[in-house]
Amino acid sequence: MSGWETVIGLEIHAQLATRSKIFSGASSAYGAAPNTQACLVDLGYPGVLPVLNAEAVRMAVRFGTAIGARIARQSVFARKNYFYPDLPKGYQISQYELPIVAHGAIDIVLDDGSVKRVGVTRAHLEEDAGKSLHEGLPGVTGIDLNRAGTPLLEIVSEPQLRSAKEAVAYMKKVHTLVRYLEICDGNMQEGSFRCDANVSVRPKGSDKLGTRAEIKNVNSFRFVEKAIQYEVTRQIELIESGGTVVQETRLYDPDKGETRSMRSKEEANDYRYFPDPDLLPLTLDEEYIEAVGAQLPELPDAKAARLVAQYGLPAYDAGVLTASRELADYYEAVARAVPSQPKLAANWVMGDLSAALNKEGLDIGAGRMPAERLAGLLTRIVDETISGKIAKEVFEAMWASGDSADRVIEAKGLKQITDGAAIERAIEEVMAKNPAQLAEYRAGKDKLFGFFVGQVMKATGGKANPAQLNELLKKKLPG
Amino acid sequence: MIHRHTLTRLAADLRARKLSSVELVRTCLGRIEASQPALNAFISITAEQALDAAQAADRALARGDGGPLAGVPIGHKDLFCTAGVRTTCGSRMLENFVSPYDATVVERLKAAGAVVLGKLNMDEFAMGSSNETSYYGPVHNPWNTDMVPGGSSGGSAAAVCARLISAATATDTGGSIRQPAALCGVTGIKPTYGRVSRYGMIAFASSLDQGGVIAASAEDAALMLREMAGFDRRDSTSVDAPVPDYVAGLEAPLEGLKIGVLKEFFDEGLDPDNERCIREALSVLARLGAGLREVSLPNISLSVPAYYVVAPAECSSNLARYDGVRFGHRCESPRDLQDLYKRSRSEGFGAEVKRRIMTGTYVLSTGYYDAYYLKAQRVRQLIAADFQRAFGEVDLLVGPATPTAAFPLGSKVADPITMYLNDIYTISANLAGVPAMSIPCGFAQGLPVGLQLIGPHFAEQRLLHAAHRYQLETDWHLRIPERFA
Repeated sequence: MSGWETVIGLEIHAQLATRSKIFSGASSAYGAAPNTQACLVDLGYPGVLPVLNAEAVRMAVRFGTAIGARIARQSVFARKNYFYPDLPKGYQISQYELPIVAHGAIDIVLDDGSVKRVGVTRAHLEEDAGKSLHEGLPGVTGIDLNRAGTPLLEIVSEPQLRSAKEAVAYMKKVHTLVRYLEICDGNMQEGSFRCDANVSVRPKGSDKLGTRAEIKNVNSFRFVEKAIQYEVTRQIELIESGGTVVQETRLYDPDKGETRSMRSKEEANDYRYFPDPDLLPLTLDEEYIEAVGAQLPELPDAKAARLVAQYGLPAYDAGVLTASRELADYYEAVARAVPSQPKLAANWVMGDLSAALNKEGLDIGAGRMPAERLAGLLTRIVDETISGKIAKEVFEAMWASGDSADRVIEAKGLKQITDGAAIERAIEEVMAKNPAQLAEYRAGKDKLFGFFVGQVMKATGGKANPAQLNELLKKKLPG
Repeated sequence: MIHRHTLTRLAADLRARKLSSVELVRTCLGRIEASQPALNAFISITAEQALDAAQAADRALARGDGGPLAGVPIGHKDLFCTAGVRTTCGSRMLENFVSPYDATVVERLKAAGAVVLGKLNMDEFAMGSSNETSYYGPVHNPWNTDMVPGGSSGGSAAAVCARLISAATATDTGGSIRQPAALCGVTGIKPTYGRVSRYGMIAFASSLDQGGVIAASAEDAALMLREMAGFDRRDSTSVDAPVPDYVAGLEAPLEGLKIGVLKEFFDEGLDPDNERCIREALSVLARLGAGLREVSLPNISLSVPAYYVVAPAECSSNLARYDGVRFGHRCESPRDLQDLYKRSRSEGFGAEVKRRIMTGTYVLSTGYYDAYYLKAQRVRQLIAADFQRAFGEVDLLVGPATPTAAFPLGSKVADPITMYLNDIYTISANLAGVPAMSIPCGFAQGLPVGLQLIGPHFAEQRLLHAAHRYQLETDWHLRIPERFA
């Protein structure tokens, strides 16, 4: 495998979160009964005409501005002609020669912590097709046109990604960005965010691109990684065994973990693109573009840099915490409530909280553990009401019951013992119960100090204040 | 006798309660029924709905309400979608198609009070110049039923010519209003591209299609157009500009109007009898005070080839939706998807439509796009520039609407190129998007001849004004074929 370089370009389709479709007034909400959200325009009825949704345009401009791209003062909608039952008009309205967004860039962080800038060739507006349904319809194909006409932003990267990992990092970054911008809900299961991967390989050092295969419609980060890995291996093995890669469209089968040929270049459609005469060229003036740009939220990279500067977090933590706006907002709410310990807040959000959310497949926005509740727990660590260790137990109880930290601590009697006399009593009991160990310790076996810490903790149900315990033990053990 | 009155007169009489809409509509329906075997101008006759609408119009008029067209009988070219009434577009493909909605034009005329008597015959998907490509049989010219009425709005022109209705909607992509208006001796106006909404008007070539009117006189056309025109947010290519009152100011003198006589239109293809009528019309205009001078449009000879690239290209894409899946003709028991597409479309479309879909598909294909489609678009810009230059010098352009008068049915069907040349004088206005009219200006061997007037963008009022002044001086527009008089 060494001696080869992988070249990947991604085409990401982000469904824009507009209320209605890109060229009609029908709702674009997901999950309605088949064909209940398709109006005459979506159905391609004779005589109907498309009218561009201004909100979709605004969202595309938002994206373009966020990636530092050029926003076209004039862009053109074109028809991509082909026959398919889920394509009612017999053509898809897309943008071809003059897209609304061109020449942007997105930074990704590589495994070694270095930053790589990935070029975004273009991003264009287009309408989605309907869906062909096979499940539960033996012998026939059902057509659901609810999705027909849903606005998409197709984001095309330069072929600058060099591994499946880089591709996933890029895809995740775009995913983060579109959600920050509130232009796409990012729901991959519902197909709101999906991608085609163009994959080729070439001998290391070559500057000529190899023949590429396009893997269509992959809708999870994991599948993208696996599909690309499979495809790279397939192409290298093919070439090394004397074969040649053919330009074709391939499908990833997640069950078998492989890509399969769908159609070759020869079978590909001639889409006969031409400017859609039903839509005038889209003209945007400077004022509009500036106004949209002025409304951008704080973007992930800027937010991460701020978290480092403001809270003294490591860059890694800041990167993790800014993966979504909700997560970052959550973190900041906790950090503000526990101002002396921003790193402690980061550890808890990234650690126990994330683990608990992942375990139940929950989103931070689900509200299962409001920020002020977690902050309440951390406050009790900071003021030494409980130890960090006990805090984990308290957290679990809070997670299960929905109670506040104080209630859990109270109900379970987990309040830390900071009364020196009580700790001393416990130490004396432990010493009395373990004369042999005590003798050994006194004979110079220092390692046994830890044994006594453990025994006292056990005796106090873990509630002894660790610092105090240490101090008292040091005083009492030597006798 | 009431059928002989102009729409302007009928609207006034109805408002003055000198006559009832029901009475008028009954008369017209009777005439339509009687004319069908000879003319075949209608694809659908909607007698019941028409009588209901006439009653409603009478009630409104009795209250002193009712729109400007309250109670007047009209017809729609059968490519304007009409809710609840089938809209065939002259094709077998849409034989069973009942539109669930009204076209904007239909809606507006309804709101103005017009009563729709039926849907008018036309060339299939508006592709044709003789009405012979209609799946519902050709329309016959009321002046001589062995002759074509012109196309594609042949039903609209024939029905107005025979005074079956007072006015009709029509569409013009390359001459489909002006050519049949000329051949039937009636008045037709193709407005500026974007003046009348295309929403609900079944598309042939979207960048050229424009809805308009065929009526008995310029004054009638003005009255109709005033109600039809205007911005429609459902059509992104419709223009958001105020609609002037086309009826006002029609009487003003023509004094000082600068008219350019289109040099290239008086070529060897122009029939001498037609030329004689046109020249006479020019002298009438001169007598009315217009200043005439010759004007040249140097690139005009490129119109027909450019048109037969652009129009088929757009049609090949516009007609892709007729696939047998959601509406329209579907073949019997298709074996698979390919079979469904192939047979539904092969059976549903006629020869001319297929010819244009194939031409259009070809010119848009990889490797040919630049050579044909892009080049044709450049030609279009040249022609538009020619017009712009001309309108820097003159107010209006005039010339013949067609090279000859109506020709015999069947005489050109076997030769598409000869048929296409019928539109040689009309196509350029579509390519440039400018408004144009045809008005009757005489007879060549017993058949009507049309004078074409072309104006700059949004100069409909100027066209209608010149036409009306001409019609005040002449009576060609008042002539009705004897058997329908």
